[in-house]
Amino acid sequence: MQDTASQHAYGFLTRPEVQFLDAAVERLIPADELGPGACDAGVTAYIDRQLTSTWGMHGRNYRSGPWVEGTPQQGFQSRLMPQEIYRYGIAETDAHCKRQYGKAFRMLTGEQQDEVLHALEKDSIELPSLPAKLFFGLLWRNTEEGFFSDPVYGGNRDKAGWRLLGFPGVAASNYNELMYTQTEPYRVEPVSILDMQEGRAALDNQGYPKHVPAQKDGHGRN
Amino acid sequence: MAATKLKPVDAVVVGTGLAGSIMCKSLAETGLKVVGFERGRLLDTQHDFAMPYVHDELKYDRHSDILQNLSRETITFRNKMSELALPMRELGSFKPGECVGGAAVHWGCHAKRFLPWDFAARSQTLERYGAAQIAADCTTQDWGISYDDLEPYYDQFEHLYGVGGKAGNLNGVIEAGGNPFEGARSREFPNPASKTTQIGQLFSDAVRQFGYSPHSNPTAAMTQAYTNPYKLMLGECIGGGFCGGHVCAQGAKANPLNTVVPALGRHDNFELRTLANVIKINLDSTGKRAVGVTYIDARGREFEQPADLVVLSAYTFNNVRLLMLSGIGKQYDPASGTGTLGRNYSYQTHGKVQLFFEDRTFNPFMGGGGRGTAIDDFNGDNFDHAGLGFIGGSYVAAQTSGAAPIKSKQVPPGTPGWGAEWKKTAAHYYNRSFGLNLHGSCQSYRDCYLDLDPTYRDANGLPLLRMTFDWHDNEKKMISHIVEKSAEIAKAISPAKMGSHKLSAKYSIVPYQSTHNIGGAVMGDDPATSVVNKYLQSWDVNNVFVVGGSAFPQNSANPPTATIGALACWAADAIKETYLKKPGLLT
Repeated sequence: MQDTASQHAYGFLTRPEVQFLDAAVERLIPADELGPGACDAGVTAYIDRQLTSTWGMHGRNYRSGPWVEGTPQQGFQSRLMPQEIYRYGIAETDAHCKRQYGKAFRMLTGEQQDEVLHALEKDSIELPSLPAKLFFGLLWRNTEEGFFSDPVYGGNRDKAGWRLLGFPGVAASNYNELMYTQTEPYRVEPVSILDMQEGRAALDNQGYPKHVPAQKDGHGRN
Repeated sequence: MAATKLKPVDAVVVGTGLAGSIMCKSLAETGLKVVGFERGRLLDTQHDFAMPYVHDELKYDRHSDILQNLSRETITFRNKMSELALPMRELGSFKPGECVGGAAVHWGCHAKRFLPWDFAARSQTLERYGAAQIAADCTTQDWGISYDDLEPYYDQFEHLYGVGGKAGNLNGVIEAGGNPFEGARSREFPNPASKTTQIGQLFSDAVRQFGYSPHSNPTAAMTQAYTNPYKLMLGECIGGGFCGGHVCAQGAKANPLNTVVPALGRHDNFELRTLANVIKINLDSTGKRAVGVTYIDARGREFEQPADLVVLSAYTFNNVRLLMLSGIGKQYDPASGTGTLGRNYSYQTHGKVQLFFEDRTFNPFMGGGGRGTAIDDFNGDNFDHAGLGFIGGSYVAAQTSGAAPIKSKQVPPGTPGWGAEWKKTAAHYYNRSFGLNLHGSCQSYRDCYLDLDPTYRDANGLPLLRMTFDWHDNEKKMISHIVEKSAEIAKAISPAKMGSHKLSAKYSIVPYQSTHNIGGAVMGDDPATSVVNKYLQSWDVNNVFVVGGSAFPQNSANPPTATIGALACWAADAIKETYLKKPGLLT
């Protein structure tokens, strides 16, 4: 296996956790003829960076007890932080897969992986340390975020999520002229905050990017 | 820890959001020595609002540092009195602010006035339909002021915030192109209405077939460059999306930081004290007079700031909680129906009809700035409620809000929640869908209220505010009725597919709905059913005024911001013109 710096550039996740997530997020948003899936879009790297951030330890959440499960309407009540939810959730799901299928999650067929993910979502797997749907809910939320947020956060590589939707990223300052008249799809190369930070986007005199027509295949089909 | 006692000032204003900034400015204009307290920081708009960093959905939708930091203070919540209230551990249903400007820094710019009916909801319902129309446990009441009382102050606020729109009722004359159901306005909006977008046109054409009256949503995102009465300049909205929940790089979203706060710097007699969290209003030995406030600074030091006048103008929750922590007013008890403080907490209701097309695209990422085309035909009492079994209503709008890619993807009913088919469907319809949004009223009820939580405490060791709230049948019926009407409109636009959302069976604190929490320290003309009088003055402690959404006795369908702004202008005027000349209970 190729040993590159990027494979070790994880601040929180261990190698088996990375492999688990690469497999899981790819089932949630798979590669297809429309473009890359969540794995190639860097969603695992995105999740790792989120887990090392303030959010990964719920730094802005209320975290005093008593801890009571409550009703669904009362929202998140787990004493576990996202770091712990991923760590325990991955290990305990893998243990379930080994019991059920004799293999770790990443070694299962795609159909089996979907079966496990659906079971987590429906809470029909009993994980020892946390509700399965709590783990699944966080995994799906972060996958969607990592696929569609600005690439500055480590996911949405090559703006794959934005190309999929036809989302242009940072707005140009000419929308006011187009908004009332343009009924055809606005097909441009998406511009990210990362592009602008790295000097890859031409700017107008207001500091907004100048959008250029889409070039890459797969973009703007909408 | 003993508090350090500071040199007295004339007036303190607690909270510097939409209402507080207006109160600070008005009081500073009198020459009095005024201190404005803010628990959050003063944003530096040039850097905090810089391009391209404000065009960041993840940050502003999920991890924003301009919102209340729950690690220090939150609320607890339960649907029913029989349940155990638990802390709101992460933000969801609503997003209170924590910065100078408060929640108004990230508001959506919808600047509708309330309807004249809203201010007299109970008396007008009794008059038109009789007592049976109102649920037995509904505590909706009249405001103690009329729309006409507030009209000059709506006008004042609209000019301060550069609201764009087209009058529908100018001095009693119905004007073409405006909202014919609005209360009479004394002059036109200071800025023109936003233009009609493609979806606005589709909606307009459809509703006209039913005889409804489409009009442009009043918006406080500048429809042209604008200079307000304080000579502060606001730029024109470019419709770049990243709007609701976000700050604006263009300075086009009117908010306290660009309409009022810079003008405060012109008053040497005014001091803005940030990172200063007021924890109590101090009373004298009679309990009838406030002598100042106690606050904790960023280092954790406790100070006592004496003052002759205390204006509470924090978010709804903190206005109510500070009164409770200070022993001002009598706590409402739903069992006996006694007390007023915490009574009539309410919210707003929502519904939606989503339209999916094969042959149309909308470029939904363009927009924001409150752009939308609406009808008021089902708002307030603008339609006959006889036999419907509910009161109140909603407006219905086709909004061009700037669809962000994480949260604004819509898929038709029956689409899987993730996986290959979800991906294809979400990609297909992102550009081929829009919604008709219902923004509905919410009445007040005997069992929906605020008090102090017996268990959970904030970082200072003080009890959290406890919310007991659930949807009632009146609102469920109302939203269902108007969703059905909206579905008829949607069908007239001929979408390939449709989906709809009515009110959920129970209110949940999880999904974002609106930062439109109101009540708990409501205004009125009777101390038995209100905490403050019609000038927002505490009945119990006359040198305390409580300004904000906390004063609404129940909620209109329309967003609260313009009315909070108008009430602040109204209260400030009463303080300046009457109270300061002769301190005492205003009548």
